Amino acid sequence: MTTTTGTLNLVEDRPFTQWLWRGVMALAAMALIAIYSSVFDIYEISIVIFTAVAMMFLGQNWSGFRWHSLAVTILSLLAIRIYGNDLTLGETDFFLSYLLASQSAFMWMSALFVMATVSYFAGLLFRSEFTAKVGTGLTWSAATMGMIGLMVRWKESYLIGADVGHIPVSNLYEVFILFSVITALIYLFYERRYQIRSLGGFVLLVISAAVAFLLWYGFERGAHEIQPLVPALQSYWMKIHVPANFVGYGTFAMAAMIGVAYLLVSWQQTKNPNGRLVEAMPSLAVMDELMYKVIALGFAFFTVATILGALWAAEAWGGYWSWDPKETWALIVWLNYAAWLHMRMTKGWSGNPMAWWAVIGLFVTLFAFLGVNMFLTGLHSYGTL
Amino acid sequence: MSETSDSQAPRYTLGQRIFLFFGSMDLAITLLLTLAVASVIGTVLQQNQPYTDYLIKFGPFWFEIFETAGLYDVYSALWFLAILTLLVVSTSVCVIRQTPSMIRDMWHLRTHVQEKSLQALRHNISWKVSTPENQTVTALMAEFTKQGFRVKQTDKTDAILISAMRGGMNRLGYILTHLAIIVICVGGLMDSNLPLKFAEWQGKIKVETRDLAVSQVPAKSRLSVSKQAFRGSINIPEGRSSDVAFVAMRDGYLVQSLPFKIEVIDFRIEHYETGQPKSFETDLIVHDSDLAEPLAATISVNHPLIYKGYAIYQASFSDGGSLLSIDAWPLDDRIGKEAIAIETQVFQTSQFRWGEQKTQLEITAFRPFNINADPTDDDPGRLRNFGPSMGFKLRSETGEAMEYLNYMLPVTRNEREFYLSGVRASPADEFGYLYLPVDNNGELTEFNQFLKRVRDKALVSAIAGEMMLETLAAIDGSEEGLQQSLQQTLTMLVAMFERGGFTTVTEFIETSLPEAERETLGPAYLAMLREMLARIYFSKVDDELVGEAELLFLQDAVDAIGSLPRYGSPVFLMLTDYEHVEASGLQIARSPGKPVVYLGCAFLVAGVFLLFYLPQRRLWVLVKTQAQGVTVLLAGMSNRNPRDFDPFFDQLTNTLKQLNGNSH
Ligand code: HEM
Repeated sequence: MTTTTGTLNLVEDRPFTQWLWRGVMALAAMALIAIYSSVFDIYEISIVIFTAVAMMFLGQNWSGFRWHSLAVTILSLLAIRIYGNDLTLGETDFFLSYLLASQSAFMWMSALFVMATVSYFAGLLFRSEFTAKVGTGLTWSAATMGMIGLMVRWKESYLIGADVGHIPVSNLYEVFILFSVITALIYLFYERRYQIRSLGGFVLLVISAAVAFLLWYGFERGAHEIQPLVPALQSYWMKIHVPANFVGYGTFAMAAMIGVAYLLVSWQQTKNPNGRLVEAMPSLAVMDELMYKVIALGFAFFTVATILGALWAAEAWGGYWSWDPKETWALIVWLNYAAWLHMRMTKGWSGNPMAWWAVIGLFVTLFAFLGVNMFLTGLHSYGTL
Repeated sequence: MSETSDSQAPRYTLGQRIFLFFGSMDLAITLLLTLAVASVIGTVLQQNQPYTDYLIKFGPFWFEIFETAGLYDVYSALWFLAILTLLVVSTSVCVIRQTPSMIRDMWHLRTHVQEKSLQALRHNISWKVSTPENQTVTALMAEFTKQGFRVKQTDKTDAILISAMRGGMNRLGYILTHLAIIVICVGGLMDSNLPLKFAEWQGKIKVETRDLAVSQVPAKSRLSVSKQAFRGSINIPEGRSSDVAFVAMRDGYLVQSLPFKIEVIDFRIEHYETGQPKSFETDLIVHDSDLAEPLAATISVNHPLIYKGYAIYQASFSDGGSLLSIDAWPLDDRIGKEAIAIETQVFQTSQFRWGEQKTQLEITAFRPFNINADPTDDDPGRLRNFGPSMGFKLRSETGEAMEYLNYMLPVTRNEREFYLSGVRASPADEFGYLYLPVDNNGELTEFNQFLKRVRDKALVSAIAGEMMLETLAAIDGSEEGLQQSLQQTLTMLVAMFERGGFTTVTEFIETSLPEAERETLGPAYLAMLREMLARIYFSKVDDELVGEAELLFLQDAVDAIGSLPRYGSPVFLMLTDYEHVEASGLQIARSPGKPVVYLGCAFLVAGVFLLFYLPQRRLWVLVKTQAQGVTVLLAGMSNRNPRDFDPFFDQLTNTLKQLNGNSH
């Protein structure tokens, strides 16, 4: 295995490809707005434009993302077309029931994520670059199926009833899928940029855990059923607040898993400096820097998400800050990473303590994300176990 | 880093040292983490609940300790505010200390650099060029400018130095981020209830804890209309209006006057087909002498009305004093046979004399719909329509109260119908349930008549006599003594059952019978009691056929009578009719600090992204003419993401080399 890990891949795509992609995004946004001009309000139009711009940036030098977007678009549209106005087709139509109906897509996603985890680790264990590459392919497929599932579920909710329809980020089941997909995409971005495929298994491990929870939650508690929105969630803020939050959660989870890998490698290094793991994994310096980059990204998004939450609260609850448990835990998470960043930037800490701290950060984050809903009561009527 | 090292500090005055301490990074990190940990408390312990709930939960000892520590409202406890204040002070000091150097850093191109220090940078490279010095410098400067760098040329004694910088705004990011913390906290302070606490501490206002009508609240607990921030709430029944809001403070409230009057016309809940609530809406009218015409508006969750800087939100709903018609069925024969009709209203109290005792009825709640699981059903997923329900308390003369929950519709269990009533002695307990069997007419008459007969001493004694004779005939005994004692035992068993249910009877068997006979006599006693109850029940009919239905009714009625002693009420209140009146729960807020907070948020977002994603890059080129020709030394550094800087530096090197036709 050639160790190219850690070198930055700044290959830019050809200008033609870049312009083509930007053009397609612009056209798609314009088409959406034109078609739905009668039902979209100003916020929805802004969201479409914002999404298109964000996708332009993400995709202009990242062919994987372009293919992913293309696959999601085509297959989601196909599913929507097959559905027409008949929700029961989800169970009777072959194509839908085995592949594209949201529930089936999520099952595919779950299986593919688990397979990806296994492939990455197998690649690491047997030093097979090919196997690890299969892991990347599987992760892409899983993220794609998850995204398709979310899109199709969005449509399905409208088929249940026009007043039931809503973007699928409204309960714990849906956001767990969002979490898996977003974390996978963030990881794939860094994997390509820094050639750190050997970290794949570690990051995918946390996604697999999310998938396990998802399956339990769906089968055991029937959480997969589409429920209409409670009045408190009927707001356009939800559409941006929740996804922004999950970029934060996803990156923090990824940072923690890099932390785990870091600790493992640094431990191995003292015992067995020329061992397999040490050789196969990125260098400590690379992981350390990556941890910082990822946490910085998460911190920035989490800041935005928390502020969006405050704006929403101002409108829904009568005050931008009410010290509701979910809010307060978001603040705790934020303060924790602010302290982490200061330690690193101003006190120059790095290495094992920061890795440990990143791992502990995951537990704090996990409590904000899941524990609050499970153990505490508050204004967030967002999903209880 | 930009932090000056404190380790070998020169002699500072005390003031300077305090200043440095507040601005120190160690304090900052400690405060960030302390604040995080302190915040946890308020999420683990539910805040701002009624104080009685805490008292029940913790007991008097801990209740007081927690109260002193301010744990029931952590986020406005003095110690919590002190941590926040410290954080603001610390951040201010750090902003004050760093801003001048940050601003300098933002614009200043470092020109006092030595060749050696450039060579010591991680990124540095030198090469020879074929172009003459001046031409080289011009070309390099042009290229830097093209790439967005600010440049400056300095002529040194033996060389020319070009200093270049890009991303100076990164330093602005630092200032904005930290300024934002201060601005947000100041805005938050403007909206906090600190001024109220201060006024209270000065004795200008007093928190009211009694449950009073608004007009009775003393002036000291009233807040006049002002520009002050507040967050209050008010329940307004349909058809009524209010020009005040209640501001909750600890275990009491203050009354905040509003410069207008809000009239609630209608409150509505809309439902999805599945029954879940879809929207909560209130039609209201704002009356204000400043308005040419009253302002009509509809508010709902997520869609408040903003008027004169006051935001009016849909927060909750409650009963607005629904009118209830109730039949009180006597469970005690001294009260009478027939149901007594009562007209009352939710939240009303009324006095009754039922039998010997005076009882106060307090209606506490009403719900028009209840689709619930039967509370004692094995399958909690089996939902049933219980119809409307009312919650009430019955308070005895001694002041003790039992709390009840009655449903209007009978529920069906095992194909029989029952009226259901929950009872508990304290809010901390779960409800226990009484199931009263409904007769063929859908009433409680038959049950009541049975109950009355069980309590009829003469009738019970007569039936006991009959049963005694039949029993003795069967075993052929006719001894006078035995006859008497058997008849007495039978009457006693019934009386005991009526007083305390099967529990009392069993207790009696276990405590009074000699151990040797307990095993044989115990079951016999219970069998005799059942037989007696059956005879009492069937004594109303002469020789009507006894069917399955009657037997089941008997069994249910016996169970119900057995639970009556624990039910603790002399009547069963049956809801017969109602007129639902709702009250809309509004939250009314004024937050003059909001724009300030939002400004701080904008600073924070801008600052954080500048800090993370606009690295400050500095480059230097030293162009030197020596005997062998012209050499170029390029060095650079970035304050963020060194790994991203690597390829940038390499690319730049390539570009620059090509620029001056380098001769390596
Ligand atoms: C209380 C006193 C504080 C001090 C003395 C302080 C000091 C500093 C310093 C010296 C830096 C490094 C700037 C640089 O050279 O690039 C920094 C960065 C930063 N500070 Fe603070 N800070 C304080 C409070 C806060 C607070 C309350 C927050 C918000 C949570 C905050 C958020 C940040 C962020 C996000 C960074 C950027 C870290 C990075 O670039 O990775 N700071 N702070």
